[in-house]
Amino acid sequence: MKPAPFAYAKARSLDHAIALLDGAPDARVLAGGQSLVPALNMRLSTPSLLVDINGLRELGEISRRNGHIEIGALVRHAQAERSSAIAQLAPLLTQAIPHIAHPAIRNRGTFGGSIALADPAAELPACLLALGAEIEVTGRTGRRSVAADEFFKGLFETALGPGDVLTAIRIAVPGSAARFGFAELARRHGDYALVGLAAAGTVHGGGLADVRLAFFGVGDRATRARQAEAALESGNLDAAVAALQHDLSPHSDVHASAATRSHLAGVLLRRVAAQLDSST
Amino acid sequence: MKRTPDVAPIVTALDRPNSYIGRSVPRPNLARLTQGRAQYVSDITLPRMAHVAFVRSPHAHARISKIETTAAKQAAGVIAVVTGAELAKVMTPWVGVLTHLKGIKSAPQHPIAVERACWQGEAVCAVVARTRALAEDACELVEVSYEELTPVTDAETALDPTTQVIHPELEDNLTFERKHEAGAPDQGFAQADAIIETTFRFGRHTGVTNEARSIVADWNPGEQRLTVYQGTQAPHMMQNLFAKHLGLEEHQVRVLTKDVGGSFGIKVHTYADEMATVALAKLLRRPIKFVADRLESFVTDIHARDHRVKAKIGVTRDGTITAFEIDDLTGIGPYSVYPRTSGIEANQVVNLVGGPYTCPNYRARARVVFQNKNVMCQYRAVGHPIATSVTEGLVELAAAQIGLDPLELRRRNLIPDDAYPATGASGIKFEALSHHACLAHIDSMMNYAGLRAEQARLRGQGVHRGIGFAAFIEVTNPSAAFYGIGGARISAQDGATVRLDATGALFCATGVTEQGQGTEAVIAQCVATAFGVPLERVRVLTGDTDNVPYGGGTWASRAAGIGGEAAWQAGKALRANVLAAAASILQADPKKLDISNGVIVDADNGRERIGLDEVARVVYFRPDTLPPGFQAEMVATRHYVPRGYPFAFTNGIQASYLEVDTDTGFIKLLKHWCVEDCGTVINPQLVDEQIRGGIVQGIGAALFEHCVYDERGQLLNGTMADYLVPMAPEMPDIEVGHVVTPTADSELGAKGAGEAGTAGASGGIMNAVNDALRPLGATPITEIPMTPDVVLRALNKI
Repeated sequence: MKPAPFAYAKARSLDHAIALLDGAPDARVLAGGQSLVPALNMRLSTPSLLVDINGLRELGEISRRNGHIEIGALVRHAQAERSSAIAQLAPLLTQAIPHIAHPAIRNRGTFGGSIALADPAAELPACLLALGAEIEVTGRTGRRSVAADEFFKGLFETALGPGDVLTAIRIAVPGSAARFGFAELARRHGDYALVGLAAAGTVHGGGLADVRLAFFGVGDRATRARQAEAALESGNLDAAVAALQHDLSPHSDVHASAATRSHLAGVLLRRVAAQLDSST
Repeated sequence: MKRTPDVAPIVTALDRPNSYIGRSVPRPNLARLTQGRAQYVSDITLPRMAHVAFVRSPHAHARISKIETTAAKQAAGVIAVVTGAELAKVMTPWVGVLTHLKGIKSAPQHPIAVERACWQGEAVCAVVARTRALAEDACELVEVSYEELTPVTDAETALDPTTQVIHPELEDNLTFERKHEAGAPDQGFAQADAIIETTFRFGRHTGVTNEARSIVADWNPGEQRLTVYQGTQAPHMMQNLFAKHLGLEEHQVRVLTKDVGGSFGIKVHTYADEMATVALAKLLRRPIKFVADRLESFVTDIHARDHRVKAKIGVTRDGTITAFEIDDLTGIGPYSVYPRTSGIEANQVVNLVGGPYTCPNYRARARVVFQNKNVMCQYRAVGHPIATSVTEGLVELAAAQIGLDPLELRRRNLIPDDAYPATGASGIKFEALSHHACLAHIDSMMNYAGLRAEQARLRGQGVHRGIGFAAFIEVTNPSAAFYGIGGARISAQDGATVRLDATGALFCATGVTEQGQGTEAVIAQCVATAFGVPLERVRVLTGDTDNVPYGGGTWASRAAGIGGEAAWQAGKALRANVLAAAASILQADPKKLDISNGVIVDADNGRERIGLDEVARVVYFRPDTLPPGFQAEMVATRHYVPRGYPFAFTNGIQASYLEVDTDTGFIKLLKHWCVEDCGTVINPQLVDEQIRGGIVQGIGAALFEHCVYDERGQLLNGTMADYLVPMAPEMPDIEVGHVVTPTADSELGAKGAGEAGTAGASGGIMNAVNDALRPLGATPITEIPMTPDVVLRALNKI
């Protein structure tokens, strides 16, 4: 279990990183390395070049600007987990991050890395969908912003193109009526979830509006359950659970059958809906 | 974590001055292990050492039509590329059979596949290079052409006439079959008021060791000698096998086993890739290192369990068990593993089912079949978790059927504590067990009545908790009955050599080995106590076939009971020798002297007479001052093998308390108890941790661990991400209690403790889950691992 030979370059600046990536179409960005390095060792990934962006300090900050909270791509999970700004302005993330793997992995793994990898069972892509986040991508042609709903394209596939670096995540600061919920079911603490759900909504009258339900572990990517969202907005939880049959197409694997995943998605929706209702 | 308090020695012979028997002294190797100064095989680097990596078959069953090695041979750093056919000229193949397993058969197995690969992961070509990374690079350049053959993967159909026979020369896919009948089972079932019949399924799993299998082999043509550094449980067994299959004399082979990062039975077998490494060292005349990586560990480390047992119990209304019947089927891969065979686990299932109980009526059949999956063989608590889960699963289903408390049903059927010696329905012999004392102990330790009350109260609040038990027996301290009588050159006896050094400290060389479980501590405790020195004055050497007495090593819970007794006797013998020397110096009667705390004392009043250092000084440097004709002997060797019984059975009972989330099918373990009887407890902390560790592996089997194969014979979850080992957050607090019934076969009285935890854990947990779900009308669960799929199906929710 040794990686195939590869070249390594430490980026001196973001422009340098982009130039390096541009020169080698199969290059991979090395951030925390918590998924990439095992993939290299198992020879599941055999890039000719690793571009190490760990020296780019400007990508490691959490800041508030223009009604948004901005999380740099190199912010470590542990840093985000402890951040009072995130706890205050994006509490869904504070709720979700302890579920990401184990402390040692959270110490090293990065926020941007998790988004860029787009593992279908990972927590953060679903959180960004629920939060309606914007993902900032920097490439040869400059910066652009991609809505989370447009970012995740398929199994480990994103809107990132060759030469692109994911540089930051922006999340709008929520209003006082915003509500969040999160739950996941994993066989062991720290494992990828069999099924998970990140949710957001706004208290409106006696019910909920702007409901966003983002499931993970039940498809090829984090997925919005749009019919269920509509049913929940109309106050019908049973209909929302039933709608998951249309919204989700879970798979079978060694950990759980599709039928189990489908059933568990309904259980999670009831539990998370209770969080949305009860959180103040 | 609760630690059992130090107990006073209970046998007078052990009641020595400064006795360490029954004391939780720290392990002498703790500092070495925790400071990173241990020596594992991976740490070994020799001059001119090269590394081997293996090209492994991606198919479960395939003919190898061509191996193109030209490109690989030209790759950077490559020293040699060797095929199975080429290595077959250096090393002879082996066949894993034993004569006492009547009719067992297997096919010759080569270190590297020749012509045909029989499971996914079998090595088909070796690449030796300067580094492991370069060897792996070159592996990718070896082009192997395969013709895929139909794989045999389902044990249920392996014996069908239409199924392909994996080894045509064997005529069918049956490895081994055993039938046993005792008493009058038909009559027993006829007398029963209730008969429960069900099928139990046990997932195939493996023992994930912290340190992967590792070996460095060094052939020295100048000395015509092979030195093998190997993480193994049985150095002398391996010495014999390396010699035999390389055509060497045993004395031409030295096996060195220093620190080993866990074994669990995984490292007591012959592995083709390790044999290939040794053969390559001889062929290439240079040291070769092989360290299995995790991916190859999953497809080559032996797997275990994978049994389907159809089982039946009869019980009367008053709670008398009238008969047991089982039909066990297990698929063991394409070869019976050498030299212990893959027939032992099924054989143990037949031996052990019904074992704790008086019921004499028993019918059993076990069939072991070949299939194209990784090989299966003996892993911690061989056969016991299966036999225990089947027996105890049936017992609790019967209890529920007749409406009797499950502990009460056991009380009415367990062999009485005063009925020994006794013989089980399968013919196994028990010297002295303590089922009823253990049951009474666990009843009060867990506050059973209180837990039942809590369970009922919570049930009213929609919380579904379950309590499950598993009474067990466990084979330990094996005599030659296990392997020797079947023709395997695996030592049942073990020895210890104790030497007084020139400053009065002791050095003990023992044939049993240290796998991280604490052998060195236990041996040192026995020697220090028997001889009479502080523990820190004893240094223990293990794992060196040139320098330790011939012995079996560590398996079947034998290190403390057998190795400990040999060390105890050697310590006593050396004490007598040293007292003879001291007496001649002091001109005293040796019978009136003793050794206490490293000093020669008067036996009756403890008055100090002379230091051990002074005795050693005189003996070694001034023997001229000793009386004429007196020769001091400062080395003593003793051996021990149990003779009274084939095995020293231990016994005990475990209990699990858990909660099932009936919405998700998730199981939360709340608490686990085990009361066991391993005879004399030499080191309570080590025993308790062995029990706990064993239970954790049983929990792994019950809830998590499973080698999942598809119908093509492909392992689907061979990584640490997908194969779920039990981890700390999911583990309950485990409380351990003891009843002590020493074996009279040895002076020490110690039986084994290494496997009992694994024997009973999965059965207890299965019973607890069924106890939790029974009021909900769920179908009883009779398979492990109990995944959310399994639980939700039982609840009819998916």
